[in-house]
Amino acid sequence: MRGIFDRWTRRVVAALFTLGLFSASPSVVAAGLLDEPLARLHADSFPETTKAIEEIARSGAPEAETLLRAMVDRRLLFDASSKTVVVKDASDKFLDARTLKPLASPPAALSPVRINNRLRGLIDAELGTLALVSPDRTRRFEAADALFRSRKASDLKAVEQAIAREKDGAIATALRKAHSAIQLARDDASLSDKLAAVGELAAFTDTDTLGLLNQTLASAQQPELRTSLEAAITRIEHQRQLLAGVQNVIYGLSLGSVLLLAAIGLAITFGVMGVINMAHGEMVMLGAYTTFVVQEAFRAWAPAAFDFSLLVAIPLAFVFTGLVGIAIERGIIRFLYGRPLETLLATWGVSLVLQQAVRTTFGPTNREVGNPSFMSGGFEVFGVSITWGRLWIIVFTLLVFAGLQLVLRATRLGLEMRAVTQNRRMAGSMGIRSARVDALTFGLGSGIAGIAGVALSQIDNVSPNLGQSYIVDSFMVVVFGGVGNLWGTFVSAFALGIANKLLEPVAGAVLAKIFILVLLILFIQKRPRGLFALKGRAVEA
Amino acid sequence: MSITRRRVLGGVALIASLAMGAPVALAQDTIKVGVLHSLSGTMAISETTLKDVMLMLIEEQNKKGGLLGKKLEAVVVDPASNWPLFAEKARELISQKKVSAVFGCWTSVSRKSVLPVFKELNNILFYPVQYEGEESERNVFYTGAAPNQQAIPAVDYLMSKDGGEVKRWVLAGTDYVYPRTTNKILEAYLLAKGVAKEDIMINYTPFGHSDWQTIVADIVKFGSAGKKTAVVSTINGDANVPFYKELANKGVKATDIPVVAFSVGEEELAGVDTKNLVGHLAAWNYFQSVKDPANDAFITKWKDFTKNPKRVTNDPMEAHVIGFNMWVKAVEKAGTVDPDKVIDAIVGVEVPNLTGGVSKMLPNHHITKPVMIGEIRADGQFDVVWQTKGLVPGDAWSDFLEGSKDLEADWVGKKCGNFNTKTNKCGS
Repeated sequence: MRGIFDRWTRRVVAALFTLGLFSASPSVVAAGLLDEPLARLHADSFPETTKAIEEIARSGAPEAETLLRAMVDRRLLFDASSKTVVVKDASDKFLDARTLKPLASPPAALSPVRINNRLRGLIDAELGTLALVSPDRTRRFEAADALFRSRKASDLKAVEQAIAREKDGAIATALRKAHSAIQLARDDASLSDKLAAVGELAAFTDTDTLGLLNQTLASAQQPELRTSLEAAITRIEHQRQLLAGVQNVIYGLSLGSVLLLAAIGLAITFGVMGVINMAHGEMVMLGAYTTFVVQEAFRAWAPAAFDFSLLVAIPLAFVFTGLVGIAIERGIIRFLYGRPLETLLATWGVSLVLQQAVRTTFGPTNREVGNPSFMSGGFEVFGVSITWGRLWIIVFTLLVFAGLQLVLRATRLGLEMRAVTQNRRMAGSMGIRSARVDALTFGLGSGIAGIAGVALSQIDNVSPNLGQSYIVDSFMVVVFGGVGNLWGTFVSAFALGIANKLLEPVAGAVLAKIFILVLLILFIQKRPRGLFALKGRAVEA
Repeated sequence: MSITRRRVLGGVALIASLAMGAPVALAQDTIKVGVLHSLSGTMAISETTLKDVMLMLIEEQNKKGGLLGKKLEAVVVDPASNWPLFAEKARELISQKKVSAVFGCWTSVSRKSVLPVFKELNNILFYPVQYEGEESERNVFYTGAAPNQQAIPAVDYLMSKDGGEVKRWVLAGTDYVYPRTTNKILEAYLLAKGVAKEDIMINYTPFGHSDWQTIVADIVKFGSAGKKTAVVSTINGDANVPFYKELANKGVKATDIPVVAFSVGEEELAGVDTKNLVGHLAAWNYFQSVKDPANDAFITKWKDFTKNPKRVTNDPMEAHVIGFNMWVKAVEKAGTVDPDKVIDAIVGVEVPNLTGGVSKMLPNHHITKPVMIGEIRADGQFDVVWQTKGLVPGDAWSDFLEGSKDLEADWVGKKCGNFNTKTNKCGS
């Protein structure tokens, strides 16, 4: 939603801005300025379009910015036969590109002006210069970033003026960074200017700055500049190295939270109830498909409230997969208690049936599940980069875990569940309907798997195969943690996640996975009941 | 009611047979065509579409009056993404169903698994997917791209001015035969082009890898050495979506570090939110967005056939169209469906492809194809930003690998799939 809103405000601002300048300069002159570059677009060749972009940007015409933005968004269309270029505006109306006035009869055969990455970069750079004076904060920030990337000597004056004007601290810093980058790239900058620039840049730790310094070092001649560059690079690399450990642990926490989320439902059905539930992964998959269906509904009826789709999907997924779980327990598993091999085969069969059922209903290809805006993108704290989606999943996992503990410890259902799993006969004689508790427990485990599916749909494919990729990992986590112990599952998920991520940079993704499996096998040999084994009479039951 | 193993398996079999779709008609005198694509399991995601294309092509041919005066009949089997089952199903198609040719397989391992069956029973396989090369068999026709029709031109493009003059390369792939061989060829090619060893980073991940945080961070770090960096991705199937999501979340834009993929097409992007992927690249021999009358007609037919106006077309589909049309022409030329006669007749056969060119079957059983580089658009389609001047002939044996560069495949003159030009002997 933020994205849509942003774009909309940008358009309004752009329009106001254009109008503002419009009244200042006579449009007749501006129209003439754009004739030649726009004519180049008819050729539909990249070299011609390159020239056109530069000429449009330099023309000083007030329409320039609108035209370039339209080009990036594929809203600048041309028709070679009638030699017209038009802009399609936000409400799908066609405007004459030279005047931005509505066209009475747009040509029938319009095709978008094609651009490639190089032109996209060029437009970003040109827009950067234009957007430095924008009243919109995000636009100025983007502009500073674009200028840092393009580092054209011709922008130096504009950046210096912008720094003098800028009141916002963060943007001023970004502008000074761009200024230093331009100084370094400029051939005629004095040595002292360049040294000052290096000093300024050494304070940043991001990879873009590191790249810039490395690039400058490759072509630097003066020895003083070289030493100062080398010092700055070593400093940044040293800092990044220190951070790398922290960063890996954070990646590990994130992987651990995903593992925990996938395994936590299984910790109940397998850990607490002792059912070897091979259809657990499919419950996760059903949760993900529920998210898809909910999002489709939002897209169709309430696109503006798309960000809330996940909030709606979570309870729905819980209820739906919980009901499916109860149906499986009542229909199949209850006849097989105490026969683990049969349970394994039957639930595996169920998993195949569910997969194929989803494949027939939704098709075999991936389904698109969108990220709400609060889960897109990332940020950096002290040089450690964190993505929003992953952060929310960690938070979400902890909430689910806490909620589950609460249900088990503080509700009547939880009490009955614990009673039944510890001693079924005794619980029965105390008046607990153990069959009903079994069904509800299995439903709870499945429902939590469904919730996990909602979260996993944000980072993984939503396809009929989704569940399969998590089933092995889930069993691994539960077995390692100790069957029947939720805290064991918690510790084991994060331990495996962090161990995996610490090994990955050293051994590579494939070997890291193998190492973890081998370590796990050795560990199980030594302690067959996992990290936190249940003790006492409950084990025998 | 108790659930027994038999019941569960029975249920699975029922579901599987329902999914197969096409009923086998009991026509008297028909020419049977085998379709060997996974309709369940992990590869169903890609292969189901190809089964549908084959059904459409066969239906269309029958509307035109069939072949040699007989109707064509599709025999569809489901090898269920299970490599040994591919061999079994191939044997069933040839020995029991008596098919005249088979269109099928996606992964290289499934192709390798059916090869002995096709050789032993002497039948024909049309293989529609881009692959690692280093193979040419008498009974197989490779209608997908060989490495020189996809990987090498893609790298050439990135080295060019328009591609951004890339100097540093990340070769990222899933850990199996296609990425490993392709990356070996690419590494040899890059080294031959003067790229330093430390400017190449090779990375493999397991199938279905979903946690890309470390690797994307590594790529960004590798890209911070001050030289233009690009990623050449042979990442397969499901692992792509989380990879692109991680790239987008880390703010890696195509203008900074472009990713050129060899396994990501219109079908794969249909499940992805592409607005953050704009500008990343793919190399193929066909894109749905190519403006050509033949392509427009094909897309319309496909949407009608699937009754879904949103269905997309992709490169392996075009490969099946070309392969099927070539087979039809060869059968007409030979006047029989006898595999031996068709194998001899098909070399040299020319059929129009869907992008305005005419593809030809070569003596090495590969075909000529145009190579195109497309940039991802916000609507999940591709904009072709570069394309070879003419058609590129497929090369079975890479010219950049030791031990392979002296080999040549020629099933017409030399009757050999791996003729060594140094020792003048067949069989390396």
